[in-house]
Amino acid sequence: MSDDSFDEKPGFTRRDLMRGALVGAVAAGVGGKVAAAPSAALGPAPVPLELIINGKRHALTVEPRVLLADALRERLGLTGTKVVCGRGACGACTVLVDGQTQCSCLLLAAEVAGKSITTIEGVAADGRLSPIQEAFIQADALQCGFCTSGMVMSCKALLDRHPRPSRTQIAEAVAGNLCRCGTYPHVFDAVERAAGIRTAEGRKWESEGYAESRVPSPDRRDARGDPSRTPALRSDERIDAALGDLAELEEA
Amino acid sequence: MSKEKLRLGTAGHFEEKEVEVAAGDPVPWDPSTKFSILGKRTPRLDATAKTTGRARYSIDQRLPGMLYGKILRSPHPAAIVKTVDLAAARKMAGVKAALPIVKDGEKVRFAGQGIAAIAADTPERAIDALSAIRVEYEPVPFVVDPEKARAETAPLVFETKVETKTSAGDMPGARKPLPRKGNVQGPRLSDKGNVEEGFKQADAVVEGTYATQVQTHSALETHGFVAKWEGDELTVWASTQGIFSVRDELAQTLEIPAAKVHVITEYMGGGFGAKFGAGVEGVTAAKLAKEAGAPVKLFLDRKEEHLAVGNRPSSIQWIKAGATKDGKLTALQLIVHGNGGTNGGTGTSGPLKNIYACDNVKTEEYDVFTNAGPSAAMRAPGHPQGSFALEATMDELAAKIGMDPLEFRLKNDPSQVRQEEFRLGADRIAWKNRDARRAVTSHPELRRGVGMGAAVWYNTGGTGPKATVTIHRDGSAEVVQGVQDLGTGSRTMVGIVAAEELGLPLEKVSVRIGDTRMPYGPGSGGSTTTPSSAPSIRAAAWQAKQKMAEVLGRAWGVEASTIEFPSGLVAVKGDTSKKLSWKEACGKLPEEGVSATAARAENHGDAWKRFTSGAQFAEVEVDMETGIVRVVKVVAVHDCGLVVNALTTESQVQGGVIQGISYALYENRILDGGTGRMVNPNVEQYKIVGSKDVPEIEVHLLSVWDGVNNTHSVGIGEPATVPTAGAIANAVSHAIGARIHRLPITPESVLEAIDRAGKGGRA
Repeated sequence: MSDDSFDEKPGFTRRDLMRGALVGAVAAGVGGKVAAAPSAALGPAPVPLELIINGKRHALTVEPRVLLADALRERLGLTGTKVVCGRGACGACTVLVDGQTQCSCLLLAAEVAGKSITTIEGVAADGRLSPIQEAFIQADALQCGFCTSGMVMSCKALLDRHPRPSRTQIAEAVAGNLCRCGTYPHVFDAVERAAGIRTAEGRKWESEGYAESRVPSPDRRDARGDPSRTPALRSDERIDAALGDLAELEEA
Repeated sequence: MSKEKLRLGTAGHFEEKEVEVAAGDPVPWDPSTKFSILGKRTPRLDATAKTTGRARYSIDQRLPGMLYGKILRSPHPAAIVKTVDLAAARKMAGVKAALPIVKDGEKVRFAGQGIAAIAADTPERAIDALSAIRVEYEPVPFVVDPEKARAETAPLVFETKVETKTSAGDMPGARKPLPRKGNVQGPRLSDKGNVEEGFKQADAVVEGTYATQVQTHSALETHGFVAKWEGDELTVWASTQGIFSVRDELAQTLEIPAAKVHVITEYMGGGFGAKFGAGVEGVTAAKLAKEAGAPVKLFLDRKEEHLAVGNRPSSIQWIKAGATKDGKLTALQLIVHGNGGTNGGTGTSGPLKNIYACDNVKTEEYDVFTNAGPSAAMRAPGHPQGSFALEATMDELAAKIGMDPLEFRLKNDPSQVRQEEFRLGADRIAWKNRDARRAVTSHPELRRGVGMGAAVWYNTGGTGPKATVTIHRDGSAEVVQGVQDLGTGSRTMVGIVAAEELGLPLEKVSVRIGDTRMPYGPGSGGSTTTPSSAPSIRAAAWQAKQKMAEVLGRAWGVEASTIEFPSGLVAVKGDTSKKLSWKEACGKLPEEGVSATAARAENHGDAWKRFTSGAQFAEVEVDMETGIVRVVKVVAVHDCGLVVNALTTESQVQGGVIQGISYALYENRILDGGTGRMVNPNVEQYKIVGSKDVPEIEVHLLSVWDGVNNTHSVGIGEPATVPTAGAIANAVSHAIGARIHRLPITPESVLEAIDRAGKGGRA
């Protein structure tokens, strides 16, 4: 973000903020005797701010050093946004600021006052799930769910720009979103579902060669008609053939 | 008790077995059972809450007047804490409580150990206050390198007895008293047959030393607690894998009755083994809350998470193996030094003892203590380490006797299930022409390689869990159990098992979990959650149905035992006049509905019992000029009894593979020898697999009716990650024609191995 864009907003500059912080440090150092801050500087005392989140205006009074992530979570109760690394390396705290993905742990709340902020709570408009959320649910693109808010925000931003992304674009879009459970394949799957590239069971990664995971239904029967003989896989001739060979080997 | 004849086994290999089924427990499902929901692909019940940000994790709790706790941590890897002065900190703005964690004169043994704690009215002011705590340290000599720690002259981590503050779920090794010399404790021994004789019988013998790194759990939700007192009763929202073990540890440490401690875990952001106890942070949160007279939220930050709350120990494994020229293993020997910082470091011998059949096996395991954060159980403790060394050795030995590595394994694998898994995986990865694929014609600098590894795991769950199922008059049902869902899908598993037994669609079943005021639920570790929980859920649902049958039997004037529950109906066997829809039948229930609480029955010891197996195959591409390894494809073939939910199981296996890739290629806790501090306590230099590192992953699951419990359920968390690193290391070795001896496999180590091979030495 350039200083110019910063200066446009509610009448203070980054330099003022830093000066404010410096004054605070000095004040603490001299036993609580507060030096007079330059009139344009914010802080260190709490200041009133107005944040526009998911189309709603929220007034709050916080110290200027308070991060957007902490303002959302600890002051406004919008705890869908998660903090994992606290330094912009994992994407869990991703929000949209004027439509751009941003790490809310790297922004001061004061810095984004007056801007349009979208958090995970604002993705399901009017209580209706967005297509990407619906796709995350159906594709099981989440396990513990702690990265999910950030993942959904990144994927939403991607689909807003590229309604039919390639797999490479999807991987790129969530490259800044760390998932410890290792749910990435299902995240890719979800984005393709949301984009209409694939439907429920039609898992095709044509140009990419991404294969379908095969998990059996226990009640699936094989062609031999023995109800107790459940093939390991969804019907796939190559695999059935492999199992056939196996059975012969065992008999031999 | 009743004796029941069951058909048990796996596809094409069923056999009849007689098992004793406890009274009140349903008979295990027969392979012919047609399931309505079990085993299908069912989106998890909490998926909507998690994708909309509504799911409230413990770290998301906000209570009126809640304070924020922070812990001051030692910058020194070893020091005597002379004094801790909290006076100035107490005077800081917003500070409501402050307390020491160590006593004056106490020794701290790793950089990151807790010293004192603060609670303040905002997170920012809590951090401010930490800087006002005055601590006088007397630094003493330390050692962080496990090889140096073994030297006789090394500074001692423990001068007298081992004093690791263990929490529930820590590495079990450290608890047994074992001989200790300097910083080395052990050995833990196992000896079968006679390895010396075994090596004499061998036509070929290989030996090698393999090293693995420290991996941290790095769950995204950090360790932490929100603690609130009401009078003498404590309520805690915990990020934990065991709400009941947290309850008990808090009760014990705070010396209050367990009955006065209430632990809640509604949603949980991952654990991977490190989150069973209250730990220092849980006890501290409760003490701060008491002192301040207000609720306290104390959650660690990312750095603290790396330093202080658990890790997978590193290992140095010397391994020797012998085989006859026709491919029969004759002896396996392992000496391992595992380093879990101030805690135990072993458990590595599991794969070697339990995968391949061998008459002569000897293992010696030693813990090496260093001034580093303590280990904790981590997803299949010891096994990814052990598998890496064992599978490398299997490849080396196969090469020495001139046998294909797959054929060599098949000759020595006693598990029928894994034999199938090997063959299936080999077919899917196109094992047969793997040599032909090594050269990449379009890119002469690239080499491809294919490698394999085997999984083993043991746990079949056990008794303890109880569940309550209530069938309401309107036809809906409720299932309650104090189990927690780490993200593995336990909540959905509970619902599916109840819905299946009751014959209801999942949306008619409400699931309540994650609270110690519910019937006792299992801790979630060691792949035991599902096999411990599911049988109790099914038993409770089955018993509730029996009670419903009694009510209807009285109404119809028939024996309850003649009442059946065909899909969506309640009917009397052989009497078509007596038939009601499920909803109508429920209408006949008393106002309170019917309810049953059932305990998880004992495992059927005489069932088709076996280890959990698994096989994985990896294809990699190595840039011979840069040493960069890219995993192209992983085929993961596993069994976990009867799958409850194919969709979430698939997610968990993919996750196990991805964590295995991360372990094989990237993750590494690096301690600086000069300062004893971790240099990469973050997620950018402590590198974890990201979206662009993910290969194509194929997951195959074999269904096994093992008859151990009434649902044939088995966990998958651990086995899914056991063989991945070994398979990748073998694939890299296949690609470059040189052996990799150390994890993580970095570009540097690949180039080094290529160089070594180029100089003529077979690595």
